Amino acid sequence: MTQHPKQITRRGFLVRSGVAGAAALTMGYAAFPGEALAEGHSGAMISPNMFFDIHADGRVVVHIAKAEMGQHVGTALAQTVAEELECGWDKVDIAYVGFDPRHGLHITGGSWSVNWTFDALSRAGAAGRIALIELAAAELGGAPEDYTAKDGVISGNGKSISYGDLARMGGTPRAFTEDEMKALTLKGNGERSIVGQSVAALDIPAKVDGTAMYGIDQSVEGMVYATPAVPPVRYGAKVTAVDDSAAREIPGYLQHVVVEDPLGTQTGWVMAIATGYWAAKKAAEALKIDYDLGGNAGLSLADVHAENLRLIDTESDTRLVLDDGDLDAGMAEADTTLTADYQTGVNIHAPLEPMNALVDIKDGTYHIYAGNQFQTLAMGLIGALGVPAEKIVFRQALLGGGFGRRLDSDYIVMACHTAQAVGKPVKMIYSREADTLMDFTRPAATVRMTAGLKGDAITAWKNSSASAWASARQAPAFMGPDLTGSEDKKYDGFAINGADHWYTMPNQRALLSLNQLAQSALPPGHLRSVGPGWQFWAVESFLDEVAAEMGEDPLALRLRLLDGAGKNAGQGMTTGGAKRLAAVLQDVADRAGYGTDQPANTAIGLAAVSSQERPSASWTACAANVTVDPDSGAVTVNKLTLATEVGLAVNPDGVHAQLVGSALWGLSIALHEDIGFENGAIQAENYDGMTPLRMFDMPEIDAKVMDVGGYPTGCGEPGTTAVAPAIGNAIARASGARVRSLPITAAKVKAAMNG
Amino acid sequence: MKFTLNGTEMEVAAEGDTPLLWVIRETAGLTGTKFGCGQGLCGACTVHVDGQAVRSCQTPVADVEGAEITTIEGLDPAGQHPLQKAWVELQVPQCGYCQSGQIMQAAQLLAENPKPSRDEIVAHMGGNLCRCMTYDRIVKAIEAASA
Repeated sequence: MTQHPKQITRRGFLVRSGVAGAAALTMGYAAFPGEALAEGHSGAMISPNMFFDIHADGRVVVHIAKAEMGQHVGTALAQTVAEELECGWDKVDIAYVGFDPRHGLHITGGSWSVNWTFDALSRAGAAGRIALIELAAAELGGAPEDYTAKDGVISGNGKSISYGDLARMGGTPRAFTEDEMKALTLKGNGERSIVGQSVAALDIPAKVDGTAMYGIDQSVEGMVYATPAVPPVRYGAKVTAVDDSAAREIPGYLQHVVVEDPLGTQTGWVMAIATGYWAAKKAAEALKIDYDLGGNAGLSLADVHAENLRLIDTESDTRLVLDDGDLDAGMAEADTTLTADYQTGVNIHAPLEPMNALVDIKDGTYHIYAGNQFQTLAMGLIGALGVPAEKIVFRQALLGGGFGRRLDSDYIVMACHTAQAVGKPVKMIYSREADTLMDFTRPAATVRMTAGLKGDAITAWKNSSASAWASARQAPAFMGPDLTGSEDKKYDGFAINGADHWYTMPNQRALLSLNQLAQSALPPGHLRSVGPGWQFWAVESFLDEVAAEMGEDPLALRLRLLDGAGKNAGQGMTTGGAKRLAAVLQDVADRAGYGTDQPANTAIGLAAVSSQERPSASWTACAANVTVDPDSGAVTVNKLTLATEVGLAVNPDGVHAQLVGSALWGLSIALHEDIGFENGAIQAENYDGMTPLRMFDMPEIDAKVMDVGGYPTGCGEPGTTAVAPAIGNAIARASGARVRSLPITAAKVKAAMNG
Repeated sequence: MKFTLNGTEMEVAAEGDTPLLWVIRETAGLTGTKFGCGQGLCGACTVHVDGQAVRSCQTPVADVEGAEITTIEGLDPAGQHPLQKAWVELQVPQCGYCQSGQIMQAAQLLAENPKPSRDEIVAHMGGNLCRCMTYDRIVKAIEAASA
């Protein structure tokens, strides 16, 4: 359901010799001459590109155009190149690319990184190997066919030469045409020695000794510090007056800057500038600021949910995003109908590194030091401030957590405005409070599920969803027309991914509405797992409710519906389709002891998900073993049993880490994080109000990565989506209480027991 | 104000209420100690003051006059403290931002209790947040380092 441009197109493969004095062969795709670069922040893009340099000492530096935010993405991408390049893993280093239009769309999210680049990176490595062998043959005599490459050494005809030697000699390997790239034969299952291995992540050593450099650790000569004083409403405030007389008493305070961003990324902000962060923070607190609070000051979470329900009830301004068979006929055929509304609360990203950026404007050139997930957007936003692209140098740093928060670039825009006003390099850091209160939140969504039932058959299945749409605010280029094809019926597929599940049933429809009230008052962002985070909460919870209504075991019902028939057979990288989801579900059920006797008030609940997107689904299942206190409704998660199957796991231990981390993120959303929204403002200010999962909240975990080969899909998010419905289903089985609202609290469980 | 930072004597001119965190990061230029919450709620800024793990964002620099302060950079001269080795061996960090604080918090535990039980580890580490949720590997790495 997600609209995004075809990500893998290939260009002529250019290999050029390195610059004088730096004996290095640089390999990569060249942009076509005259190709228009991305403009604005429309998400316009060109094809992905990859580079690697081979140095005279034999080191291979793979250029990583993805953000490193904990997924060890550089390691997985470098493994992919090294596998086909035959350079040997121990010779590989990685370097992060700030922004380079030849790398196409600079975005790290959607669990896309490996999935989008595996083929192109494999081909880049293979083409490099072939070109180097040809150079070696020219140097040593004979035909390229006489030579083979292994561990960075080319051997044949009784002679050998290393990649490093070839680099030192400065030869010019040949270029490959697009057709030649396409025709390259790549390794298959069983032929790989680096891909599929749990090699140690290259980014980890620097993360245990304090040398890893994040955005917040960057510095330049003469920089000053800034931190914002933020308004009492999330969005729509305007500063009317500032009195800094108290701030001027604070040693180190320099000035304040009222930021009026024409792009509207944030509103009503005043930056306090000082010689250090602490003085800036104290000054920000000492500023006396008057505001016009705007039209959102009276709104609350209840208003957001009420608007969702109004949109669903009235089917006003909906987008038709799924319409299989004849829904009305299917409903007419049913003996009974079942309907239920599921909702989510407000969730925030809260990565441990608060938003920050260092902006140094030197001779008209903007040097941006930040960790960012969507540089194409950041470049477009800075461009929209009037800075031409050639006057922007983007210096990407490590990200102290992303989770989708750093897809937004408000912090870079705010720092640019501040640096312009101050006339000095500015290191701008959000306080934790500003970071929390001004997050681009996961939309508070509502999903109404309706099923038509006749005996043991589901005759109709309808999903009516309403929420704010992150893409409509952040990157409208990601939106595409709905099934009516009307250009004025565009929608954010990221808000409804997951409604297109893999269960075979006739007569399905999915509708999506945009909650404009939420869009304005509580600007939405993409939060780890995005739409599948609330869509599978609804789909997988409701499937258990349907099973209960039918009197069928929920595992049996799922396995019966995951028959792989018709469109659910899958295609391309999803070949095998629903049967692959059935396999992971059966695996967790078996490992968790589903169907065996459990202690009193304890049950196992299941969920099976195909996050993130149907065409590149990863198959993930969770079995949650949960005990419910019948008196208080308190929920204890005893154990989570998880499995994910991502086709080919490029780095199985990395996939395992992502599966566990994303599942615990899902648990934190399911039970622990409860962010209020009242009077137009987010109601948590720091981690004490947010209460994310801590070590002592962690249940026993049994996580398994199933590798079936084929093409790799993503692993950063799917685990997030499976946990909440598995827990909800377990609670219902243990106590009879069906909770349909996240987060699940003891009070909600208790109320559901009584209701 | 004078104190010892990773074995080196330092004299700094800072407002007495300035949190030690910012003196370490901005004045001494050691960026391994991280700013997370500014309220002692996350543990990312954990350092040792006279051997005790403290939240440097809640420690006014005036309070450490004459103290010996150790940051992640000074935990082991070669970065080879048993915890650091275990952290690499078990591939603990994801984004890594909290891990300096996690390691410094765990180092105090092992210094006082070389063989902690799992429950003791969890009790000791409860104040250190990890938004990547690497908790399971943190526990295993502490167990490995104490073995």
